Amino acid sequence: MSDKQLEIRGLRARIVGGEEILKGVDLVVPRGEVHALMGPNGSGKSTLAKVIAGDPQYEVTGGDIILEGQSILEMEPDERAREGLYLAFQYPVEVPGVSIANFLRLALNARREEGDEIGVMEFYKKLQRAVKELNWDDSIIERNLHEGFSGGEKKRSEILQLLVLEPRYAILDETDSGLDVDALKVVSQGVNAARGPNFGALVITHYQRLLNHIVPDRVHVMVGGRVVRDGPKELAMELDQKGYEWIREAVGA
Amino acid sequence: MSDLHSDTTQAVHPDAAKLEGMEHTKQYEFKLKEEYFFKSDRGLTKRVVEQISYMKNEPEWMLKFRLRAFEIAEKKGRPKWGPDLSDLNFDDIFFYVRPNEKQGTAGSWDDIPEDVRKTYQRLGVPEAEQRALAGVGAQFESEMVYHKLKAEWEKLGVIFLDTDTGLKEHPELFKEHFATVIPPEDNYFAAVNSAVWSGGSFVYVPEGVHVEVPLQAYFLLNAENIGQFERTLIIGAPGSKFHYIEGCTAPAYTSNSFHSGVIEIICQERSSVRYSTIQNWSHNVYNLVTQRAMVHERASMGWLDGNLGSKVTMKYPSTYLVGEGAHGEVLSIAFATDGQHQDAGAKVIHVAPNTTSSVVSKSISKGTGRSSYRGLVQVHEGATNARSNVECDALLLDENARTDTFPYIEINEKTAHVGHEATVSKLDDEQIFYLMTRGLAEDAAMALIVRGFLDPVAKELPLEYAVELNRLIELEMEGSVG
Repeated sequence: MSDKQLEIRGLRARIVGGEEILKGVDLVVPRGEVHALMGPNGSGKSTLAKVIAGDPQYEVTGGDIILEGQSILEMEPDERAREGLYLAFQYPVEVPGVSIANFLRLALNARREEGDEIGVMEFYKKLQRAVKELNWDDSIIERNLHEGFSGGEKKRSEILQLLVLEPRYAILDETDSGLDVDALKVVSQGVNAARGPNFGALVITHYQRLLNHIVPDRVHVMVGGRVVRDGPKELAMELDQKGYEWIREAVGA
Repeated sequence: MSDLHSDTTQAVHPDAAKLEGMEHTKQYEFKLKEEYFFKSDRGLTKRVVEQISYMKNEPEWMLKFRLRAFEIAEKKGRPKWGPDLSDLNFDDIFFYVRPNEKQGTAGSWDDIPEDVRKTYQRLGVPEAEQRALAGVGAQFESEMVYHKLKAEWEKLGVIFLDTDTGLKEHPELFKEHFATVIPPEDNYFAAVNSAVWSGGSFVYVPEGVHVEVPLQAYFLLNAENIGQFERTLIIGAPGSKFHYIEGCTAPAYTSNSFHSGVIEIICQERSSVRYSTIQNWSHNVYNLVTQRAMVHERASMGWLDGNLGSKVTMKYPSTYLVGEGAHGEVLSIAFATDGQHQDAGAKVIHVAPNTTSSVVSKSISKGTGRSSYRGLVQVHEGATNARSNVECDALLLDENARTDTFPYIEINEKTAHVGHEATVSKLDDEQIFYLMTRGLAEDAAMALIVRGFLDPVAKELPLEYAVELNRLIELEMEGSVG
């Protein structure tokens, strides 16, 4: 078994003091592959995304999350990020008064040793390349992080950050929700640009339509806090046609 | 205190009584040489006031002024509102310490607390500057720069001196304006300052002159300027335009625990004056400052006031809009950490028609820190079409932190438009989590949120101050994660 993968093993979790939401999730995303995670509302997809990122609102009650051979359960969210993990949020927050450029430079430098900060020119080149990839105007980098952004712009910003921070593994939590067709294309184009042998992703979505643009290597289906089915990309199509009821019945959930 | 100067010959002033009737002859001048050091008695007494004036070899009118102010202070007593000042005991305080150029006021470098020294290092303050800030030296690497600028200013007729020198070299101009904006009767602490003032800046910019490079008190900095009772007098002649900057984001250490400055600014017709200050006193200091500008016809006054250190700060930059079309602006930052009380705000008095003002105040309270916004907007009858807008935002970083808003609005003019908006927010866990998922440690995430909160004000600062402010916030936030 290769170490170059993000591995979720029997993961159980709940909101601190609340009901269990994840009831033993098993899932593997090898580096270099893009997997889709589908499932009906309330199946635990977004909870899984946040638990992987280390959201302190949740507590893990069992199982493990293993990033390239190393358990990250005990790590703070920032340590996980520095280990190469990235979460594109479903609802990115606004941080008033903090420009995208300043923020991303800090985030990049947080990954580097003190004294080895990224050069200003190198940084702006990288940032401008990412902005261009997303058909965005250069002026966006001087805007404050998500302040006054539309839903679509926020999603685009999440992918912009992904392109600049170059994580090894990204979880995209319903990046397609609230996007019109054009925005969907742009965002997908950004994710596809990140694809390569050193990048693994778990794309969480309700709908097949995103997967027409970001074609997954594998599809996992989550129902009732568990992954109940794995399959090739055709599984997404089947789900789209038959609906989630079909899977519920098939697995007896 | 005395053991700090064990290697210094102290020229303690002889009994004042013996001096009475004596000519202020040159026989005492040797005592004023740089290697000597003079310190008044502890406490505020008539004798101390006389000593100060004598040591400075001042004109008669200034001595009389000081004594009158002393009497006013005696009569007035301390204010009965605002923060708790019960620990401030005048009998423990030296009201005048004449520093030695090399020595400063604090004694030796080794007497500066470790945490203050560490902060200097972390801020990357050059050592010479560190020593000056700590009051143990006054030599500056910037001297060359200063002398070049000084020559330019002199060509323009700009006067930029420390206040004691200003009084000596420009007695008439000085006397004409001194204490006209803030007379000693104004408030108790202004009276105390009037009695014992020392140091500060004297600025005069002649008619129509625009000074491009900010006038920075930093250039004049010597131990007296970061002294306890500085007295600053700034005059913008008609049509002049300039920016005066005072203070520094690095903590100013003083072994004395009472600082009470008076800042008077006169903006004559059509002038445009900005006064920016960032103060970061060590946490033992009571910082009680009166600062006020008199703004005449179509002139404009801008205050930028940053309060970061001290134990208690009471500071409400005031703007009197006395000429038609005058404009006043206040941007205020307060940062209160454990055990600190920042009682800051602004006062704007609209006296003349068509006057406009805006106040933006941002306060942050951390740990057991407490910040208060205390503001007054007053529109006098006849100040037709006056417009004023006040916005104060408070950010609380901890459960025990506290913030209060005391906005006073008094309007005696029907045509006035006055707006007031206040917000209080808490540090948002979701924002912190979001920033952490991008690789920022928790304290760095918190510092970034704080910086963003202050940004609308910080971006008005000159770049080097903004950079230092940011570094300082990072330092304040370090170790704040429980």
